[in-house]
Amino acid sequence: MVPEYGHYALILAFCLAVVLSVVPLWGAHTGNRNMMATGRSLSVGMFAFVAISFACLVYSFLQDDFSVAYIANQSNSLLPVQYKVSAVWGGHEGSLLLWVLILAGWTLSVALFSKQMPLDMVARVLSVMGMIAVGFCAFVLFTSNPFDRLLPNAPADGSDLNPLLQDPGLIIHPPMLYMGYVGFSVVFAFAIAALLSGRLDSAWSRWSRPWTTIAWVFLTLGIALGSWWAYYELGWGGWWFWDPVENASFLPWLVGTALIHSLAVTEKRGVFKSWTLLLAIFAFSLSLLGTFLVRSGVLTSVHAFAADPERGVFILGFLAVVVGGSLTLYALKAPSVKSAASFEWISRESFLLANNVLLVVAAGTILLGTLYPLIADALNWGKISVGPPYFNFFFTPLMALVAVLMGVAALVNWKRSNLSTLWKWLKTPIAMSLILGGILPLFIGEEYSFSAALAIALGSWIILSMVTDVFYRLRNSKGFVKAFTKLPLSYKGMLIAHIGVAFTLLGASLNTIYSDHRDLRMAPGERLEQGGYEYLFKELVELRGPNYLASRGIIEVYQDGKQVDVLHPEKRRYFSGGNLMTEAGINAGFWRDLYVALGEPLDNGAWAVRIHYKPFVRWIWLGAILMGLGGLLAVLDKRYRQKVTQKRASKVALESASTTRAPSAS
Amino acid sequence: MHPVRKQRLIMVLFIVIFASVAVGLMAYALRENINLFYPPSKIAAGEAPVDTRIRAGGCVLPGKVQRASDSLDVNFLITDGAATVAVHYTGILPDLFAEGEAVVVNGKLNGDGVFMATEVLAKHDETYTPPEVAEAMQNAGEHQKTCEGMSYGS
Repeated sequence: MVPEYGHYALILAFCLAVVLSVVPLWGAHTGNRNMMATGRSLSVGMFAFVAISFACLVYSFLQDDFSVAYIANQSNSLLPVQYKVSAVWGGHEGSLLLWVLILAGWTLSVALFSKQMPLDMVARVLSVMGMIAVGFCAFVLFTSNPFDRLLPNAPADGSDLNPLLQDPGLIIHPPMLYMGYVGFSVVFAFAIAALLSGRLDSAWSRWSRPWTTIAWVFLTLGIALGSWWAYYELGWGGWWFWDPVENASFLPWLVGTALIHSLAVTEKRGVFKSWTLLLAIFAFSLSLLGTFLVRSGVLTSVHAFAADPERGVFILGFLAVVVGGSLTLYALKAPSVKSAASFEWISRESFLLANNVLLVVAAGTILLGTLYPLIADALNWGKISVGPPYFNFFFTPLMALVAVLMGVAALVNWKRSNLSTLWKWLKTPIAMSLILGGILPLFIGEEYSFSAALAIALGSWIILSMVTDVFYRLRNSKGFVKAFTKLPLSYKGMLIAHIGVAFTLLGASLNTIYSDHRDLRMAPGERLEQGGYEYLFKELVELRGPNYLASRGIIEVYQDGKQVDVLHPEKRRYFSGGNLMTEAGINAGFWRDLYVALGEPLDNGAWAVRIHYKPFVRWIWLGAILMGLGGLLAVLDKRYRQKVTQKRASKVALESASTTRAPSAS
Repeated sequence: MHPVRKQRLIMVLFIVIFASVAVGLMAYALRENINLFYPPSKIAAGEAPVDTRIRAGGCVLPGKVQRASDSLDVNFLITDGAATVAVHYTGILPDLFAEGEAVVVNGKLNGDGVFMATEVLAKHDETYTPPEVAEAMQNAGEHQKTCEGMSYGS
């Protein structure tokens, strides 16, 4: 009966979503406070029923109820408990239910943490989120119901979770990613609410900023987790493939990054208002597009599931309604949103505008590259695929430009700055980063690499300019450490996130330039020298896991005659379905990873073995963690949590903070 | 002209120029980097260009996968039911590569009609067949969507 309860709860949640999408909005339109106030309780109710529905599905998974079709497809009685739980979102139906759960969760948080917002605004925002919930609940209920039964002929055992997904990284990767994807629905709802009410002031930006930032944090970490998972699980030693589905998650990230910067300008200076709204619409639309690409199976990808076309059509229709509807609203209402303030060329506004243009162009090129095969197919130009060189060709120079501007942007004043002050402060970091970039490649690798020099110069430029900015801010303060601790959290968050970008940039480029790998035959007892390390293929042992048999290689790694580590790469054969999986053996380090993967058994006990030397690869994810941490600090900044009564005091504080920066401008 | 308008005009011009440069570059880069998909029957018929990066796909013919004994060279045949194409690859095959299963290969066709693959992609899910391959199968007149329903002849 439990799955039926779950199904029923989801139907109730759908009904509540329908009410939520109409009543508070109507109340806001007619000025009926009672109707507006229903938004909060309806959100609570919707979340409660979706949560019950999700809990029922989890319970049925734990009970191995294989009479439910979805469970029979995704689970197996031998599956370890933690994977039985993560199998809930391992397939199409369950992951959509997770989508709905997270959407309901975001709606609930908006309902709970919006005490300082005017009631009509809350009502509009919650209604828009209710509309999205209607769409997705309908999608789950009508095309992809996870509670469908296989009666009366229920199978005795399930056909198991795809072994690629039986991994700790994959337990949290999809929820994190979805938290980010769906989190952009909040700022989208804010944007629609602003368009509906015609009200877009700095208070609006201050309300929507923390929501956007926190969604962006989740998305950043979700993408990083996915990349990390691909690195150790797929056994190729790569961390980014420009796979359509990776791109699908990266597009909202790029636009979301542009959005959080543009929101900063809208809050502080009241300009770029309509641009911010447009970005908010695009960020969420791209999240939906990502869901469509992953769920419809229209593209050849690691993530593609066998899907029936009806589902793809549904999401495409929903996408059309959301994008079409919101852009129409934008076209009708945006002209009334006016930006009052002006700014000059050398100002933080124009630097952030440049950042926005670059990020959006980068997103545009990636979008085109991702969708091009679909367009070409639709126009009968043949079946094509777009390779990584296309993406690298654009992405690398655009991001290099972003990195150059980033260092200046932090130091430039709002409204206007003068060049001589900038030059006075920036000449040291410029000189130092050029020197570092010129010298450091001499010590890495055998040949001098100019691209490495460029990457190091850019990375150290970002870090050094951030440090310079701290000195610039504190130039008139006494006691450096004490003054630094007094700086606002959001500023520290900005520093950390930008330094994170530098780490990711350095990690990604140096890893690409200096990585080294060899595929070769190795028989037990054989030795091999690679990248200054010696690998000894000691033996191969067979062992049994909970639901698989594994051949485990024991490979000792030596450096200068001393043993560094013993690596245990595995080849697993899963009992149900007979799938093969590679588990890489990795010796992780701050400066480099040693990475060994077993290929396939050859004759005479020899194996195809892949050995990688991966310098700086950890920096990529370290950078992402720093970006996430930076975003988190920015959200925790106390100005977002001030009560209405304290607003005045904080305004004075903000003004005095901006006047301390002003002298250099004159 | 009013200074604010002038600034806006310059900004819009800048964005337009930047965007058109980007679009031009995109068109160029796309031309250089797209890989057209050819089913085995078209390759066998000589319709595929030689020495150009292309993509091919089909079912791996059972019993025809040969590994060299002293290196990682591997040769196999792919088919769409109408014709077969020989594929050569050096390196480690993906986990889900198997005889009688669908694969997509990226690489170039050499003068002898052998496909020199630089990348072999296998499916990642038991029930999943790459859409190109599924369509190639249908085009070949065999009305099935997966390699399982395939008759490989001898």
